[in-house]
Amino acid sequence: MKPEDYSERTLEIEGWPVRLITYRLGEKWHTKADNVSPGANLARIEADSKEEAESRATERAKQLLSRTRRHEV
Amino acid sequence: MANYAHPEVLVPTSWVAEHGKDPNVRVVEVDVDTKAYDEGHVPGAEAWAWTTQLCDTTVRDILSKQQFEKLMTESGITPDTTVVIYGDSNNWFAAWALWQMKIYGHKDVRLMDGGRKKWIAESRDLEKTANKPAPASEPYRASDPDLSLRAFLPEVQQAMKAGNSIMIDVRSPQEFTGEILAPPGLPETCQRGGHIPGAHNVPWGKACNDDGTFKSREELQSLYGAEGIDASKPAIAYCRIGERSSHTWFVLKYLLGVGNVKNYDGSWTEWGNLVGAPVEKGAAHKAGA
Repeated sequence: MKPEDYSERTLEIEGWPVRLITYRLGEKWHTKADNVSPGANLARIEADSKEEAESRATERAKQLLSRTRRHEV
Repeated sequence: MANYAHPEVLVPTSWVAEHGKDPNVRVVEVDVDTKAYDEGHVPGAEAWAWTTQLCDTTVRDILSKQQFEKLMTESGITPDTTVVIYGDSNNWFAAWALWQMKIYGHKDVRLMDGGRKKWIAESRDLEKTANKPAPASEPYRASDPDLSLRAFLPEVQQAMKAGNSIMIDVRSPQEFTGEILAPPGLPETCQRGGHIPGAHNVPWGKACNDDGTFKSREELQSLYGAEGIDASKPAIAYCRIGERSSHTWFVLKYLLGVGNVKNYDGSWTEWGNLVGAPVEKGAAHKAGA
């Protein structure tokens, strides 16, 4: 099986850059969200459409990133 | 890849597509996200989970020699096998696996340049069935650990005091300054933020292109040279738990040919929790400053 319709974009969530990588494997769409630096995984979602996969991944990323505290330096 | 100091440690995705199932080649996927493999992987590849198979799960440590030999034997790997490792996030944890294989003296271990991301972006075949190779017919015999590749806390403390090694903190600028205590979205794993006094900040991902492949030797020399890092000086790389820094260790040792470079895998989760350890906060130390 070949991955198709690969796309990659960066957006900002809760003040942090988030990279969304999406592609289709057969009938299913896969989206991975990571925190760009260092690229740690925030969400990995499988869904029936690209929109649903990216929406759910974004929602999960938002949950995790909202917990990140910024400290005074 | 020809102009890297040791080009033999990298193979392009096209090489893996052609040779991945050769009898003496074993392809292994090591991901940050251990579920990625199940989604689909390079045909014939097996997976090693960094959380359970590439560390001692009782004591905080890398694999013991005995544990390493068991993993190799169970994976059908002999000392003469060509092992190609790849993974997600620019081969971040794949480099961690390669570092351990080099510690235990495996001769021919390579990274697939660009890792999982490039393989998928190129729309190459993925296989969903998990591969479990037949064990090797003879038990794998590893070398004694090569500790010239690994730095422990006392050596790092001494190096900081003496200033005789370049200390490279490969975390993000926000982790380096102390603004955050862990990468965004991850649990905080230290009591104090900041960095080892005198350390230089070169985030590990800067060594890679957008497609996940490594930058050219000239670009890497420019990146690290700007921080005073070159092949003539001993260097110690660290991050939060030692995996990002194994990636930088790989770049310095094999792509740029730095002879004396070590990975301090205790990293910030050790230093930033240590009672009485000196911590510097704020912006990066600059070469010559």
